Amino acid sequence: MPRFVLRVNGRDREIDAEPGDSLLSVLRYDFGLSGSRYGCGEGQCGACTVLLDGLAARSCVTRVGSVGAKAITTIEALAQGERLHPVQQAFLEAEAFQCGYCTSGMIMAAVGLLKTNPNPSEQEVARLMDRSVCRCGTYPRIVKAVRLAAERMRTGTAVMGGSK
Amino acid sequence: MSDLEIERYELSEPRRYTFELERREFIRLFGAGIVVAVAAADALAQETGRQRPQGRGDTPDLAAWLHIDEAGLVHVSTGKVEIGQNIRTSLSQTVADELRVPLASVTLLMADTDKTPFDQGTFGSQTTPRMAPQLAKAAATAREMLIDLAAAQWRVDRSTLAARDARIVGPEGRSLSYAELTKGQALTGTIPASPATDSRDHWKIRGTAVKKVDGRAFVTGAHQYTPDIARPGLVYGRIVRPDGYGGTLVSVDDARARAMPGVAVVRDGDFLGVIAPTERAASRAAAAVQATWNVPAGQPSSETIYEYLKKNPDRGGGEAPAIATLAMPDGVVRTFEASYRIPYIAHTPLEPRAAVAEWQDGKLTVWTGTQRPFGVRTELAEAFRIPEDRVRVIVPDMGSGYGGKHTGEAAIEAARLAKAASRPVKLVWTRAEEFSWAYFRPAGVIDIKSGVDARGQIVAWAFDNWNSGGSGLQTPYDVGAKAQLFHPAKSPLRQGSYRALAATANHYAREMHMDEMARALGVDAVEFRLRHLKDDRLRAVLTAVAEKIAPGPARDEPGRRRGVGVACGTEKGGYVATAAEVSRGSGPSPWRLDRIVIAFECGAIVNPDGLRNQVEGSVVQGLGGALFEAIDFADGRVRNGTLEQYRVPRFKDVPIIETMLLDRRDIPSAGAGESSMIAVAPAIGSAVRAFGKVDTALPIRLLA
Repeated sequence: MPRFVLRVNGRDREIDAEPGDSLLSVLRYDFGLSGSRYGCGEGQCGACTVLLDGLAARSCVTRVGSVGAKAITTIEALAQGERLHPVQQAFLEAEAFQCGYCTSGMIMAAVGLLKTNPNPSEQEVARLMDRSVCRCGTYPRIVKAVRLAAERMRTGTAVMGGSK
Repeated sequence: MSDLEIERYELSEPRRYTFELERREFIRLFGAGIVVAVAAADALAQETGRQRPQGRGDTPDLAAWLHIDEAGLVHVSTGKVEIGQNIRTSLSQTVADELRVPLASVTLLMADTDKTPFDQGTFGSQTTPRMAPQLAKAAATAREMLIDLAAAQWRVDRSTLAARDARIVGPEGRSLSYAELTKGQALTGTIPASPATDSRDHWKIRGTAVKKVDGRAFVTGAHQYTPDIARPGLVYGRIVRPDGYGGTLVSVDDARARAMPGVAVVRDGDFLGVIAPTERAASRAAAAVQATWNVPAGQPSSETIYEYLKKNPDRGGGEAPAIATLAMPDGVVRTFEASYRIPYIAHTPLEPRAAVAEWQDGKLTVWTGTQRPFGVRTELAEAFRIPEDRVRVIVPDMGSGYGGKHTGEAAIEAARLAKAASRPVKLVWTRAEEFSWAYFRPAGVIDIKSGVDARGQIVAWAFDNWNSGGSGLQTPYDVGAKAQLFHPAKSPLRQGSYRALAATANHYAREMHMDEMARALGVDAVEFRLRHLKDDRLRAVLTAVAEKIAPGPARDEPGRRRGVGVACGTEKGGYVATAAEVSRGSGPSPWRLDRIVIAFECGAIVNPDGLRNQVEGSVVQGLGGALFEAIDFADGRVRNGTLEQYRVPRFKDVPIIETMLLDRRDIPSAGAGESSMIAVAPAIGSAVRAFGKVDTALPIRLLA
């Protein structure tokens, strides 16, 4: 079994895996980064979304052998210590979740989206995040949260995430 | 001084405490402080009317308990499960409010069969109407005990004291914190017959939109759902499934799997699974097992199911009730007949079934996602022929269930593999397994025959439901002579509970039928309903929606034809009316849903923001069954068992949703996670009728 070196949340980590193994499985079960969730394994729900070189990617259908030197960022590395990322903060304030199982993936998808489109309309958020599923149906609040985060990131008014 | 007015202790008879626990026992169990128990008799009178099983190891008369520790922190223990419906927060609000402490002082221990009292399960919207009032009483009792402690310490009349901001305050500015009062105590309180709970007019934390108590754990990914639980020495399991329903194992060639490092194959009757050191290895090993199954032939399909259900009654030993034939009374001038078909649909919770099982010294501990931890404990005890007190089930707050997780399939499978492995085993069902081997919302056929008199009044109503269920079957309308029956059938697919149960199917059929009659008679859909409706609460939600949106025939705008439909109903103490606005555009789809207006009333609102979240979520989930969800099956196999093929509501499907919440502080709170979805499908179906004939089957389809 070949050995891969993956750049995960700023650290190089080694893993023996088949090239076709799912990145999500390695992140969750080998590296203990369980904040990325398994929802479908088909790349259809987005619960496993991580950033690869800053772009949102579905880790369940990303093969370990295809990652190469790309930097992997998971939900665990989004906050700076106690300070939440503006997207996390906006999700918290808008209470843009119910059971929370989709939340990690939604937040990572939103962070990726805002990198390429810092000022999305409601329709654009819905279109660009359409492949992420919230089975509890919290979509309208997620759209609000993403736009709230976008506004704060554009205007530099991101509030500091409190410790609780 | 109005606060003191409220706090004044009104009872004249002396307080009586029952000291059930020896001090030493108390300290062992709780450390120190004050404990109030909620008697099961009150909390369980409710749930499903079923007899409560006597589990060994239970405290039989306990439903919940509340403990204030020496630091003044409040610990509540309940067997209820958090599945995203927000009860961890709403129950905390109730306790904090009655105890006059900040929300952050309250911690809920939930759904651990060794640590929390027996609970029938978290379903049927019962937590808010049943558990919350019980916890309110326990908290009020604890508060009065604290007042007693302060009164004794200060040697003053307790009526001069009040609880405020986690302190007991007395005259002349004296006060003691709860921590100071509980230090070294080992007091057990019993809830008196008339505990001094707050009236709903005096709610301070209840009735407000507090945020989820543990929201941060979800936005940081730190929360551990069952699939995230790690144990020392953990290995990973995978089940090898039959290639069709009812499949029995004929032969197995597992040589390739066994040759893989660290892999074991477990066969026990028709049970076939693998264990491997990593999740990826388990997946590869399962794929390498060659199994031959014998699947019964001639199983019904999604095309033949409706006929099948009518022909295969499940008499349960007795005679099936006759079909609701009803002689049309004199004066009937017009009759309406229709047959509505409801397909099986899948809950599709984003967290699939999963379990981590561990055997230690003959005791089995299982972490699993279920709405019935104690029921799953019984399933495990029976499966492994061990006493229930040798089984512990722990339910981490779940990636939801929607009624789809009342059972313990993954728990039993993981426990069987763990027994073979002599190590903890984690089993997470794949999405494909979840689609095929979980259970479904029942399919059903609903036949309605109704008759109206010359004034356009309904005077006869016959309603037969085959298999989909009895919830919401009784019409809320005045319909004269009526016969309404549920006919259980032998379901070829596994079926069970679902959010709002059969109320969605029964409301779909009934409200589509009401709409059809109103259209045929040329009467406005709201007016037609109000004419047959006495219930003030149902009238109120219907009127609220009608004022926002005028149902009726298509209203054309330049380049756009519009249709509006309305539906209403009541279920589990919730009252709902929903209107839908659709338009016929130029796109590939013959119509699109533009707007939903919903009015919902469930008594006094505990958390308006949490309720709004639930109601909007119900609407969105309701869109699935209304617009696209249906299990496609044949020959014992699901044909659309992937998330790509089985369409659930997504961002782009969501219309404008306008939510009106009617707060009735004068009425006790009902649960709200379910009933807000029941009128979504018929509102949309009625709206689409503006463009032509609509199929009587769900999902809604415009007939050519």
